[in-house]
Amino acid sequence: MRRLRMRSSIDNCLTYGLVIVAYVVIRLLLAGGNISYALQGQLVPITVYIVMAVSLNLTVGVLGELSLGHAGFMSIGAFSGAITATLLELLADTTSTTWIRLGFSMPWLRLSLAMLIGGIFAGIFGFLVGVPVLRLHGDYLAIVTLAFGEIIKNVMSILYVGYDANGIRVSMDSANALKLDEGGTIIVNGPMGVIGITKLSSFTAGFILILITLIIVLNLINSRAGRAIKAVRDDKIATESVGISVWRYRMMAFVISATLAGAAGALYALNYSSVVARKFDFNTSILVLVFVVLGGMGNIRGSIIAATVLTVLPEVLRAFNEYRMLTYAVILIVVMLVRNNATLQHVFRQVGARLSKSLPIRRKGGEV
Amino acid sequence: MKRKNYFTFVVTLVLCLALLAGCADKPSKPTDTAPIKLGGIGPLTGGAAVYGIAVANGAKIAVDEINALGGIQFELNFQDDEHDAEKSVNAYNVLKDWGMQILVGTVTTDPCIAVAAESYKDRIFTLTPSASSPEVVKGKDNTFQMCFSDPYQGIVSAQYIQEKKLGSKIAIIYNNADAYSTGIYEKFVSEAEARNLEVVSTTTFTNDTASDFSVQLSEAQNAGADLVFLPIYYEPSSLILAQAKAMNYAPKFFGVDGMDGILEMENFDTTLAEGVMLLTPFAADAQDERTASFVKKYKELHNDVPNQFAADGYDVVYAIYEALKDKDVTAETPASELCTQLIEIFTNDKFVFSGLTGDNMVWSKNGEVAKPPKGMFIENGVYVGMD
Repeated sequence: MRRLRMRSSIDNCLTYGLVIVAYVVIRLLLAGGNISYALQGQLVPITVYIVMAVSLNLTVGVLGELSLGHAGFMSIGAFSGAITATLLELLADTTSTTWIRLGFSMPWLRLSLAMLIGGIFAGIFGFLVGVPVLRLHGDYLAIVTLAFGEIIKNVMSILYVGYDANGIRVSMDSANALKLDEGGTIIVNGPMGVIGITKLSSFTAGFILILITLIIVLNLINSRAGRAIKAVRDDKIATESVGISVWRYRMMAFVISATLAGAAGALYALNYSSVVARKFDFNTSILVLVFVVLGGMGNIRGSIIAATVLTVLPEVLRAFNEYRMLTYAVILIVVMLVRNNATLQHVFRQVGARLSKSLPIRRKGGEV
Repeated sequence: MKRKNYFTFVVTLVLCLALLAGCADKPSKPTDTAPIKLGGIGPLTGGAAVYGIAVANGAKIAVDEINALGGIQFELNFQDDEHDAEKSVNAYNVLKDWGMQILVGTVTTDPCIAVAAESYKDRIFTLTPSASSPEVVKGKDNTFQMCFSDPYQGIVSAQYIQEKKLGSKIAIIYNNADAYSTGIYEKFVSEAEARNLEVVSTTTFTNDTASDFSVQLSEAQNAGADLVFLPIYYEPSSLILAQAKAMNYAPKFFGVDGMDGILEMENFDTTLAEGVMLLTPFAADAQDERTASFVKKYKELHNDVPNQFAADGYDVVYAIYEALKDKDVTAETPASELCTQLIEIFTNDKFVFSGLTGDNMVWSKNGEVAKPPKGMFIENGVYVGMD
């Protein structure tokens, strides 16, 4: 047991180390001006997708339930986070109270509050969805989460939110139905999504969110609750027989996963000047699921690497013009095959061995 | 297949693709003057690809024509954004690395809002061919539109209907999950109210439910509407026309510029569109010389009739050319300096541009274009001017 714990803490240190080293290296490169604009623009999305992948890994890899609506939680986080940030900014502009004005004019405070609120809202929805859904399992859960993601997308694209002297107004009909006063601001404009967002996200904020995510997820996995969650995954009946509440631990993993996705959604929304509901559709859910599957179910470090590589890859492939989609798909298939195909792994090992032949290697039992 | 061959096969496949991709970039002609770098962004793949490809093709024709004239030379680099704001900003950054001096784009609205915020920060002049929401230009002095803004179309449509007494009871069918459609709808309703037009039925659909309109049409029929206003794109419109015919409901149909393209649709029975009215800045069978020559060239190169997006792309490049042709600008002029110069020219009252999508266009300080809309109706399968 002690050795096992030792091994997992070494493993965790490696994961933290990887993230911190990557951050420091990129900061240094940025300071030296050695990074292209294309990569600079992708730094925040990369951090967002890492958090998305790690949080989904908690549901899919650790809890062992297939969720196809992770983008729905991201959407809730994005919308509530962006609304929060915009409202706080309006409040800071209009209020006469000094401490509110000074406090909310600080971008990092607005950003942290937006991520917090985004996470809380997504968590609440995760709970509400979880109440009926987590009593189902297997394919049923996958189908219900899929439907949830689509419902969120459609609801968000008819949502209108405005702000004027009388407070916040919400409508599901049209912007005219908000009946805003003169000088009122439309924050969410139906299919146009949230408009006029002040860009607050930064690479450092994304890095901190990744660290928080890792601390929560890694500590959870290695805790008593985490072992209970893994027990639920491995054998539900055996777990119930020793008195562990299956529903409670599933809910715990599911809500934490949703909350982190919500915070990532808020970070994502505040990186662009507009965000639309259409972005968080089924494709985005599947994209994040691909990160998790390619990185390895339950393998947090794998999720981080897969999310980074697969976010950068389509941009690197721009050089292939119209063939880039095809190339991307081919690369995905090749990676899948290599990961899961014994013969191919053998081929790679042979290639690797041939390459390293020039180096003197000591083999067990000497040369044959 | 043997094990090793498997690996070789995959590597060969990837290398072949790399080779093909290399072919796609034609080497540009060597010219005496280094060209000014125009960046373009739009959806070349995915559901909205038809708009991006049209703009890219139209802009390419304009660039080739201008380069053949001598004088200022342009080089166009058009990047795909899949109609997604994140991809669009990525494409923008790729173009920035390439050294873009002026941005032609982006084609669709919500990616354009995100990209225009970046180009505003970086001081790169942006002229969008077709992103029509007022949100695109709001608060950004460097961003200008070539197309009508959505609210403007709504207002003009209501004006047309009232002034020409086209209908007394109006039904509206619009896409409430689409920014373009809702933008026009909202202004149309408030303008119709101000002009005492009676709106008897308002029904909606979304992209996911755009396959059956019998509910919407029977509601309009039951309400006794004699004019149906369709602020939507041509694909759902074609279905509405067919279904209305099938249920023997024959009101007048009034569309906006999204309706343009309906006559060129594959497998569409053009007799269905007989008598349909629409407001559009561009008609591919207009008789003037410039349009005729553009349509001919487009057909030769792409084997397709250009729609208004192609014409918008063409006009954007020409507007930039007109603005810069007497100015002392080169490939070395920094983007921010070009931006300042172009803003000055475009907001100057003396700068009047006539193109395929309208004559005597002028731009306001906030970046919106003012040009007269052309009311058309369809007769014997061709557009005829309404006036």
